[in-house]
Amino acid sequence: MSGYLNPGLPAPVAARDGLDTAYWEGTRRHELWVQKCDDCGTHQWGPEWMCHNCRSFEVGWAQVAAEGVIYSWERPHHPVHPALAGQGPYLVVLVELPHADNLRMVGNLLGDPLQEVQIGAAVEVVYEDHPADPDRGISEPYTLVQWQVV
Amino acid sequence: MTDLTIRGKVAVAGVGESVYYKRAQSPEPEFKLVLRAILAACEDAGIDPSRIDGFCSYSNDRNLPARLANALGLPELRFSNMQWGSGGGGAAAAIGNASAAIVSGSAECVVAFRGLAQGQFGRFGAGPKRATISGQGAYTVPYGVMSPAQTYAMRSTRLFHDHGVDPSTLKAVSLAAYHHAQSNPRAVMQGRPLTSEGYDESRWIVEPFRLYDVCLENDGAAAVIVMAADAAKDVTDTPVYPLAIQQGGGHRSGASVHNQTDYTTSSFKTVVPHLYRQAEVGPEDVDVVQSYENFTGGVVMSLIEHGLCSYENANEMLTFENLIAPTGSMPLNTSGGNLAECYMHGLGLQIEAIRQIRGDSSNPVEGANVSLANAGPMVEVVSTAIFGSEEALG
Ligand SMILES: [Zn+2]
Repeated sequence: MSGYLNPGLPAPVAARDGLDTAYWEGTRRHELWVQKCDDCGTHQWGPEWMCHNCRSFEVGWAQVAAEGVIYSWERPHHPVHPALAGQGPYLVVLVELPHADNLRMVGNLLGDPLQEVQIGAAVEVVYEDHPADPDRGISEPYTLVQWQVV
Repeated sequence: MTDLTIRGKVAVAGVGESVYYKRAQSPEPEFKLVLRAILAACEDAGIDPSRIDGFCSYSNDRNLPARLANALGLPELRFSNMQWGSGGGGAAAAIGNASAAIVSGSAECVVAFRGLAQGQFGRFGAGPKRATISGQGAYTVPYGVMSPAQTYAMRSTRLFHDHGVDPSTLKAVSLAAYHHAQSNPRAVMQGRPLTSEGYDESRWIVEPFRLYDVCLENDGAAAVIVMAADAAKDVTDTPVYPLAIQQGGGHRSGASVHNQTDYTTSSFKTVVPHLYRQAEVGPEDVDVVQSYENFTGGVVMSLIEHGLCSYENANEMLTFENLIAPTGSMPLNTSGGNLAECYMHGLGLQIEAIRQIRGDSSNPVEGANVSLANAGPMVEVVSTAIFGSEEALG
């Protein structure tokens, strides 16, 4: 499928230290995985080597429901990357996951980029698959986590 | 505990700037601009540059103390300090770190400085051009969230939602800055006034920020010289006293992917109590305010969190008439600030706060004894200075 944004933006790759491999592998399976502390059960995002709640190093991963509510939003107009020249306005949402300790994720809100956005609206994940593109230096396929109003 | 403070023990002896240029317009390299700012500050202080024995900067400034000391032929370098990261959030902190060096006996004449030639070194707000990205950026950049404006706009959206703050407050901040820049010969926007209609018709950068809600990009350098209070009084008739300088951030203010515990904040909530306690003044004593504008939305949050207005009265307080010198009740960003004087990464705002106490601002607030200048809003680590006159020291 084609992406919400024009092609040419940097492609995400897992960190070399292995901190977030489980997240990116999950997205390719169309699953949403986040950190969850093995000791105290706190969900944590973005990933870190220690649980911020109990300071345990035993931070594991848990699959969570791919749904949330819009916590905030913005509509960029000015293209700050050459790939976005000609893109026009697009929508970015900050989505809160109430079932995972209210952690927040950043993505695009699919649909009309000029739509009115409601804070608190329920949204669900749409997985956006991108193929590898060796000519551009992207050796692995990757999947973005996008959102649409339920 | 009363001994453990900078209050009354140090003073700003002098301030200086290079010429301020539009982005990429400087005919000189960044390092040379920094040297010019330091020499200007020495001249302002009435000291020979050989008295300098320390340097403080922030935001990972490229102009290293050893090279500066070498270029200036300093007899000795005793203190070097970098305030890590967080962009312009370190502008007040750099002066605070210089003050701490004096009080601790580590140095006697410390320069807090910042140099920024974005033509020479690339734009601060530009997105990454590489093919792949990992780490924190992997969660935002592929979604078109990469510039500082795109990083912080959603905080303002949520501010409006949570507290009923009106976008008209952002406009008032912008119009006041441009108004003040018209009488400031250093301001790159002098001669380019902004009207209410001009603001309304300006293009969106990222909703809810328009073009005039966003800081400039410039080339320039600025410097502030800090000495022990007695030593400063020996060299200048207009020493200005930091009553307090504090830096910091709240619980998980550095969380990635917008997961700060408190999202709708300028990051000043934990800093401000320390600030007023050290300064021995309250917000009601502040005569004039310089509030760092990366984006006008951050200014509104900062003013509220410094107790200078409230969530409840922000819409009435933050009007153009209230924010302009000398007649407004809370003169704000009286040099034009990052929006209209120069984006000197906030050090220009610190210098303007100092000038207000000296009485040589281009938009003076008559009789100003207490002057506040903050830095950084919404970044992980922010800082604020309160400057005072000899009278304010009590
Ligand atoms: Zn834990």
